[in-house]
Amino acid sequence: MKEIVVVSGKGGTGKTSFTAAFAHLAKGPIALGDCDVDAANLALLMHGEDFVEEPFLAGKRARVDENKCTGCGECENACRYEAIPVIDNLASVNDLLCEGCRACSVVCPEDCITFMNNRAGTLFHRETSTGPMVHGALGIAQDNSGKLVAKVRADTKLIAMERNIDLAIFDGPPGIGCPVHAAMGGVDLVVAVTEPSSSGAHDLKRMLDLCDHFNLESAVVVNKYDLSVAVTEEIEKMVKKRGSHTVGRVPFDEGVPRALARMEVPLVIPKVKTALENTWGDIVQLLERSA
Amino acid sequence: MIISVASGKGGTGKTLISTSLARLWADGNKAVTYVDADAEEPNGHLFLKPDVIDEKRFTVKIPTLEGRTCAAHGKCQEICEFNAILSAKGSVIVFDELCHGCGACVLACPEGFLKETEREIGTIMHGDSNGLEFYSATLDVGEARVTPLISGVVEASTENVDGDRLVVIDAPPGTSCSAMAAVEVADLVLLVTEPTPFGEHDLILALEMGKALGRKMAAVINRSDIGSDGTRALLEARSIPVLAEIPFDRAVAESYAVSRMPMEDSPKFANSIVKLAQGLVSLTEGVSP
Repeated sequence: MKEIVVVSGKGGTGKTSFTAAFAHLAKGPIALGDCDVDAANLALLMHGEDFVEEPFLAGKRARVDENKCTGCGECENACRYEAIPVIDNLASVNDLLCEGCRACSVVCPEDCITFMNNRAGTLFHRETSTGPMVHGALGIAQDNSGKLVAKVRADTKLIAMERNIDLAIFDGPPGIGCPVHAAMGGVDLVVAVTEPSSSGAHDLKRMLDLCDHFNLESAVVVNKYDLSVAVTEEIEKMVKKRGSHTVGRVPFDEGVPRALARMEVPLVIPKVKTALENTWGDIVQLLERSA
Repeated sequence: MIISVASGKGGTGKTLISTSLARLWADGNKAVTYVDADAEEPNGHLFLKPDVIDEKRFTVKIPTLEGRTCAAHGKCQEICEFNAILSAKGSVIVFDELCHGCGACVLACPEGFLKETEREIGTIMHGDSNGLEFYSATLDVGEARVTPLISGVVEASTENVDGDRLVVIDAPPGTSCSAMAAVEVADLVLLVTEPTPFGEHDLILALEMGKALGRKMAAVINRSDIGSDGTRALLEARSIPVLAEIPFDRAVAESYAVSRMPMEDSPKFANSIVKLAQGLVSLTEGVSP
């Protein structure tokens, strides 16, 4: 099975709408995974219906036995997250700050701190018109996005294998940190969506550095390229110089946000559709070459 | 007065709006600090072009045996929730990227042999942009855990803030712990959103984050004339004031593309920022000490 992840570094460049477009342009069924569990939007565009919804447990949270706690404050001193202050002679846990590291329980002389499983989010399996899709929703202030992303990827691949699907496309999270690493690890091709601005170019460079760091093949598509053809050309030059590939330019069109507002894939705009078809064609060629 | 500029969704215009607000206030002779807390992809420097005053490497703590041989009780490995330390044959193996620096292993080591050493994960820059105090954090490429670095830059930039200074924190996207680290110190959270189903979906999450922290919130709608009305309805239902609506303006996009301050190129946009700034000041008068 081949795996593609669509990333950007910078947020809001068009990852999700491009992922949905690629899903529709691919020949034959594909498996989709939304790895942006922090702000998961692919399901809004892919419609369909969830057939699995299950809690995602990761990490732990401290619980204090109020009958045993003497309010000595050893836990408060040991905690590096200010998550267990002693209030009115009682250690009280702030779940938003607790990382479940258990340092408090090591030092507690009364042995009165236990840990319960933390529900970090929710995992969904969905049936869409292009095939199965897995997505997740991380809870507010949670620290386990990488683990949930890994679970989204694992489930996507499992379902794909069960159904003899040989291509999986993942919608990646913004940034270059932990959840992005989990979304990228071991994929066949990283497709970076950028835009012709100094921020887009700056963030793309860091994304290509990350691809080099993990030794992954990458390709770059410039969205809204005509907002600055000069910056687009600079970006394409930089991409070529770094040994990555450019896989097309997509024009700006006010119809795209309007289509998204109607929860439609931007393929409904003819000039955008043509550009994305070319981009997808180049991506498929790169994938075949890496075979 | 600390204002965190946040959004659930990426690319809604956090950096555009926070750099513009900071510039406007600084040029109006207010004491202003701009803090770029989007340490994975920091962009504020591209627009404010600060002169560097100093740059410091930022470190987190990781455990080490300092070359000593231990009895390999395995307590460190047992206590570690993050699978970041293995105990084997009188020594330990530490997986740097997995370590949360919580110190539990150090406390658990029965011999007291485990110590902590510093590991670099990024850089905190302090600079000046024409009288505007500038801070930014940049995560090293390949590092996984950004939250300690964000807390680090927020702490460095806000530790000696007096009541009159306006601090504008440009937060990372999302609502996980890294975004929280940039929002939890705020007196007011300014949510930048857009009128699309994506914007609306992620705004719900951002509103939950503000609520969980008990922070006062206000919103600005960017690219307000393209899209749907759900975002406005949502904000109204939650009684979140909309301080300004910024219509799409190609001049802003073109100016921003080449690292200019769009206020200089689009009078329409400049007006929106002035209106937003006035709205923020009148909102925060009740908050300020």
